[in-house]
Amino acid sequence: MSAASLLEWTLKSVVIFLIIVGGFAYTTLFERRVQARMQTRIGPNRAGPWGLLQPVADGIKLIFKEELIPAQADKLLFLLAPVVTVLPALIILAVIPLGPAVQIAGREYSLGLASNVNVGVLYILAVASIAVYGIVIAGWSSGNKYALLGGLRSSAQMVSYELALGLTVIGPIMLAGSMSIDQIIAGQRGLWYAVLQPLGFLIYFTAVVAEVNRSPFDMPEAEQELTAGYHVEYSGMKFALFFMAEYGKMIAVSFIGATLFLGGYLGPFVDRFWWLGPIYLTIKVVALLFVMVWLRATLPRFRYDRLMAFGWKILLPLSLLNVLVTAVVFVLVGG
Amino acid sequence: MNPLEILRGLWTVFRNMLEKPVTYQYPEIKRPVRQRFKGRHELKRYENGLEKCIGCALCAAACPADAIFVEAAENTDEMRFSPGERYASTYEINMLRCIFCGYCEDACPTEAIVLEHNYELSFTNRREAIYPKEMLLVPVPPNGKPTPQQVPSGAFDKAIPEMENPD
Repeated sequence: MSAASLLEWTLKSVVIFLIIVGGFAYTTLFERRVQARMQTRIGPNRAGPWGLLQPVADGIKLIFKEELIPAQADKLLFLLAPVVTVLPALIILAVIPLGPAVQIAGREYSLGLASNVNVGVLYILAVASIAVYGIVIAGWSSGNKYALLGGLRSSAQMVSYELALGLTVIGPIMLAGSMSIDQIIAGQRGLWYAVLQPLGFLIYFTAVVAEVNRSPFDMPEAEQELTAGYHVEYSGMKFALFFMAEYGKMIAVSFIGATLFLGGYLGPFVDRFWWLGPIYLTIKVVALLFVMVWLRATLPRFRYDRLMAFGWKILLPLSLLNVLVTAVVFVLVGG
Repeated sequence: MNPLEILRGLWTVFRNMLEKPVTYQYPEIKRPVRQRFKGRHELKRYENGLEKCIGCALCAAACPADAIFVEAAENTDEMRFSPGERYASTYEINMLRCIFCGYCEDACPTEAIVLEHNYELSFTNRREAIYPKEMLLVPVPPNGKPTPQQVPSGAFDKAIPEMENPD
């Protein structure tokens, strides 16, 4: 490995981290502003121009908060849980290309850390599942019954919806004939997979909202019953890490959704001007984030039994049907 | 859950985005309060500048939150603060205790204490929450004199002035 490619990879990793960390900060602001407008309020607009420094102010506040570890807690696991939760959100973007390959000084650079890996989709599914551990560990190690129940609910919910999620991802894999993200994007040059797989895209989006524990599927942190669920005992920066994990995962699944179903960085003139790629991708990601915020502003929380019934009795059969229909049509039409 | 109903709900929420926000940008734009709004207390004066409060402490007795402390002292014609025998030498309201019920207003025999429209009562420590008489007392009206006044003897003997005929 040459020093140049080492530097290239380091730079790409830093950029991916910055997208999630910076994106987390500004997604919170985005969510607050958008929800405020949906409730005919204005939202935070005091810290800096248009409230742009609000995430900074929030971060400073959280740093100065007291770090509390309950006496009943399992100290090591209690400290480990936020890290385990936040790590998948940080590394999941590694296989997503942010734009087409760029030619600079005779060398070709791809705008993704490992977008040509031939198990890209598998990597996404595998890494996304790790977050469940963080939440379960957090719930268990807090030594608090609400936290434990939140962790249990969360594990049940995420495992159930992961099935539907995994099955919807099969659609793009079949259509592209590859698990490599680069191939899947190349396959959408003519038509987005969201058009060919409307049901798959819908199920993907629903399952993903449940997967990142967002409203209306935010059972693990239901305020009324569990006071805050798995992170009830966490304060200060450890709480901020959970917060970051939630928003980081929101961003990550939006990137994945945009890449698998909405054509990734593809768009008009992207072949001529490479810098249009990241812009198109950002627009698609922000659109998906907007829908998530919109759902949160609209829908009330599901009841727990209905949540499970919805996952197992509706989403799972539907996604199986989707896979079946896709496969049959694929064989009949011949790709 | 009916998917059509979900879509209808989403549309309702989205429509709200197009409406003008109802927020007042508070420190810059203040919403006028209602006429009978109960805000911070003020101790009123007569037109000649004498204080209406006579230090009777009925407000302190009426206060359900025990927020008012009154200490009275004797008036003389050389050092006259209010009509009648006595005036409030100390008048303190603890704004952390006050519940803005307005019973002090009702109890006052001279209509000296009035809950006015100022609601910006923020402070950074408990000591500042106690509003002394100097902060509560309104400024001297234009053709009045500041208290204590030197007055001719016998001019302000009655503590409670003649009320005007309600007709």
